[in-house]
Amino acid sequence: MYKHLTPGALPSSMQLSSDGRLRHFLTIEGLPPLLLEEILDRAEQFLSLPEKQQKKAPLLRGKTVMNLFFENSTRTRVTFEIAAQRLGADVTSLDIRTSSASKGETLLDTIRNLEAMSADMFVVRHEHAGAAHFIARYAAPHVSVLNAGDGRHAHPTQAMLDMFTIRKHKGEFPPLKVAIVGDILHSRVARSNIHALNTLSTGEVRVIAPKTLLPVDAEKLGVKVYTDMDEGLRDVDVVIMLRLQRERMGSALLPSEREFFKLYGLTEKRLELTRPDAIVMHPGPINRGVEIDSRVADGPRSVILQQVTNGIAVRMAVMAMIMGSGGMA
Amino acid sequence: MVKTYDLQALLAQLEQQLRAYIQEYQLENPVLVGIHTSGVWLAQELYQRLGLPEEPGQLDVSFYRDDLQRSGLPKIKQPSRMPIQIDDRHVLLVDDILYSGRTVRAAMNELFDYGRPKTITLVVLVSRGGRELPIEAQICALHEEPGPDKVYVIEGPEPLSMTLEPR
Repeated sequence: MYKHLTPGALPSSMQLSSDGRLRHFLTIEGLPPLLLEEILDRAEQFLSLPEKQQKKAPLLRGKTVMNLFFENSTRTRVTFEIAAQRLGADVTSLDIRTSSASKGETLLDTIRNLEAMSADMFVVRHEHAGAAHFIARYAAPHVSVLNAGDGRHAHPTQAMLDMFTIRKHKGEFPPLKVAIVGDILHSRVARSNIHALNTLSTGEVRVIAPKTLLPVDAEKLGVKVYTDMDEGLRDVDVVIMLRLQRERMGSALLPSEREFFKLYGLTEKRLELTRPDAIVMHPGPINRGVEIDSRVADGPRSVILQQVTNGIAVRMAVMAMIMGSGGMA
Repeated sequence: MVKTYDLQALLAQLEQQLRAYIQEYQLENPVLVGIHTSGVWLAQELYQRLGLPEEPGQLDVSFYRDDLQRSGLPKIKQPSRMPIQIDDRHVLLVDDILYSGRTVRAAMNELFDYGRPKTITLVVLVSRGGRELPIEAQICALHEEPGPDKVYVIEGPEPLSMTLEPR
């Protein structure tokens, strides 16, 4: 049933409590800029934690966070685990594909059972758009849901860690030109980043991709569309490269990876078209030699590993804010 | 009615008591740690007066409070900053007003996340009644019980001032 949900027209009341605080975190769409800024400010507070011997801020002490990963992602799962642990929560990660779901149990039955084990928060990753919304809609009132990526739809914490990384390097958003490059069509990261960048009043948001990897209504997302990589990269402050998502491509949308790299791969030479202090980002995992050259991925302008570190602080911030909103009571 | 205090005189008292305490208990190489916000200002002032070699640490105890479930996340302040090692050190923990004792409890919990101090000495400007936990200051410039309808207001950091005002 959840396969057919079409998220997007989500009432903001579903994510926010009556006083406007974060209750679930399912999508960036519709969230006010002040709330996004609060997430970034709170994440700043958590960045200093690793200097402690005990890297903890025990806001979630006594709470149980369950990571429900219906889709693979070691890095995202681990950063959520670490974030919850640093907040003092008890954390369980379930690889649902190998659980009773594979024996025919419905998603709702799985959720009810986990709720009966005193879960306070579900971190959900699912291959189908709308799965996290579905769970949030039917979960018990005391349970909060955090979307860790659903189909092509949204990946809100990835967007916020990207915003955090951009702000750390570039400061305010209005003067910036940001380019998102690659497989826009299949990318939930691109969608969430576009919403976040626009909400934070970024000067110019560009998407660069071949037509076959662009949504038909890309301009409606509030971006400038480029199909020529060199033209699109000119004078940008931030380049966000995306992974080619072969697993989500129903049919051949590309002639070959080699040709894609030739036309859209980020090389040192192409990087020269951007501002001299432009940064390079990538949500990972990277396909070296497909969307990005190793010399760029490992080069001085790459902040890819900082994104991973920042991801923990941002996820802690979101969890703490959900907890402080009366969620997870 | 608002009562104004001579904060410089109170700070001079704190400095004097601290010097005597450090000497009496032979606190070798002590470090100052202030609790945000006023406690940080006071720790900075004492650091200069005592001429200690290391900048004070700063604690934002918000995440360690025991009333988060009730009152939600507090407003964002400066994060904790501990440029000093506190393992096996004599920590002089500085706050403005000692009231319920819950802030100091939270601060001690956070301190132990940074390491294991040899001793912790609590230094406060004012100790008033209303304790809810068994915590007392070793160093205190003023013991006063203004009653529950009054609140101390400290402004700073330049200049530092303190008043007692109706709540």
